[in-house]
Amino acid sequence: MEQILKAKAINKKFGDVYACNNLSIELYTGEVVGIVGESGSGKSTLLNCLSGSLVPDGGNITYLDRDNNWLDLLSLPEPRKRNLLRTEWAFVHQNPRDGLRMAVSAGGNIGERLMAIGYRNYSQIRAEATEWIEKVEIDAIRLDDKPSIFSGGMQQRLQIAKNLITKPRLIFMDEPTGGLDVSVQARLLDLIRSLVRELGLSVIIVTHDLAVARFMANRLIVMKNGKIVETGLTDQVLDDPQHSYTQLLVSSILKV
Amino acid sequence: MSNSEEDFNFAYLDEQTKRMIRRALIKALCIPGYQVPFASREMPMPYGWGTGGVQVTAACLQETDVLKVIDQGSDDTTNAVSIRKFFERVAGVKTTENTGKASVIQTRHRIPEQVLSEDQILVYQVPIPEPLRFLEPRETETRVMHALEEYGLMHVKLYEDISINGEISTAYAYPVKVNDRYIMDPSPTPKFDNPKMNFCPAIQLFGAGREQRIYAVPPYTKVISLDFEDYPFEASRAEKTCEICGATNTYLDEVVIDDKGTRMFSCSDSDYCNSQKS
Ligand SMILES: Nc1ncnc2c1ncn2[C@@H]1O[C@H](COP(=O)(O)OP(=O)(O)OP(=O)(O)O)[C@@H](O)[C@H]1O
Ligand SMILES: [Mg+2]
Ligand SMILES: [Zn+2]
Repeated sequence: MEQILKAKAINKKFGDVYACNNLSIELYTGEVVGIVGESGSGKSTLLNCLSGSLVPDGGNITYLDRDNNWLDLLSLPEPRKRNLLRTEWAFVHQNPRDGLRMAVSAGGNIGERLMAIGYRNYSQIRAEATEWIEKVEIDAIRLDDKPSIFSGGMQQRLQIAKNLITKPRLIFMDEPTGGLDVSVQARLLDLIRSLVRELGLSVIIVTHDLAVARFMANRLIVMKNGKIVETGLTDQVLDDPQHSYTQLLVSSILKV
Repeated sequence: MSNSEEDFNFAYLDEQTKRMIRRALIKALCIPGYQVPFASREMPMPYGWGTGGVQVTAACLQETDVLKVIDQGSDDTTNAVSIRKFFERVAGVKTTENTGKASVIQTRHRIPEQVLSEDQILVYQVPIPEPLRFLEPRETETRVMHALEEYGLMHVKLYEDISINGEISTAYAYPVKVNDRYIMDPSPTPKFDNPKMNFCPAIQLFGAGREQRIYAVPPYTKVISLDFEDYPFEASRAEKTCEICGATNTYLDEVVIDDKGTRMFSCSDSDYCNSQKS
């Protein structure tokens, strides 16, 4: 396996708070990496730095694009960066409102990325949107409904369809099942996992839920106070945690 | 309020303000379809009454100009009459209702039926200059979208139209791409008028007062209405005949002509209608 994303010595401070303190991480093609840690440990900040929505104070991030070129993300021109975000990358937000246009129909939301890369045939866009809404297990009758009348789980499915329609390679997810009921969460995770496998996606997923991490991730990064305290294969980290903080995390979950 | 004519500089605006607006106009003409910010001045009329268009007209007018003002195609609505009177008074220019005789035409909601010529300027009054606003309210974001030519969102709007109405139902302010680059709102003209903008021999200037934006289409510039391959743009009009002049190729208004509610179709361009009658 080869790497697809490499980050070295990422720093990000907010005032006196070190949200990311000298973090390095690597992601391999087809791998799902989970970032876990308590609230405020810097998970989202790291994800936002990696995905280009936050500029770190220091460090280096490179990405291997479709054409096998290593791109230096921090010096990449803005147009190319936004193009990557629409084509090779995807970002699934915890709050579907941040990833969907609530005033636009489900079909319009799903089709937006196609139109952004130049699709100009209505029937074709509609056909692909129909295919994708079904793929995320929403009845195609709902294609012309606005997401505002969808349930939280459906909105999240829609956000995933919207992101995956252009067949990205790298997907960032920040607590994608955050606000959902446990049973809805389980079905959604199932769906995400099978799509990730089917499409061979590389994924970085942030969660504070170790059950989600175990279900989704091949490898885990445990964060505390802006630092990485432990990394390793998911089962290893969860079954035999080395760092005392990880041990505490794991045991506190088990006690619940 | 004083009635003395001497209180006004020619065409109301002071020369410094006119220079500022002319600079914005020249920039706008150099970058067809690009919205140039300008420092809009208080005008003696409320926003929504064409203050942007009035400032552009004031900055263009010379003493030898002949001005025509239309609102919805008509020269004699309150808005058109008051703007015309305003310039008669503050610039002393000749005015006309005859499209062919005008050198400057200020318009709200229509492009004259008569083909314009190279020695004419068409000034549009614009309420909302940003075509992307409907789907992206953040100005910081729409500016980036223009800068990077990220116009997929405009098609999302047309997609929504078709999925809801079975066709592109946008009938006014139908978005266009200018000179293969910028997407532009042609102001709330009916889409029937869009093809007239394409390779138009006259200079087209757009002024948005409240939003402080000026944009322009130079003569003989490509202006294409957005569409889908399988839902091509149509410059549609009511499939009726003007009951006054018999025209079958003009944009028609449906008007109530008596207190029994009888309706009649007639040209919205009143000058064109009059010229066809005899
Ligand atoms: N925009 C910001 N301005 C100021 N401080 C911030 C900002 N964003 C994050 N922080 C701070 O940085 C630290 C890390 O925050 P971050 O959101 O990355 O944590 P997290 O691990 O994602 O937490 P959670 O699980 O609650 O989402 C916190 O102390 C937070 O208060
Ligand atoms: Mg977070
Ligand atoms: Zn007529």
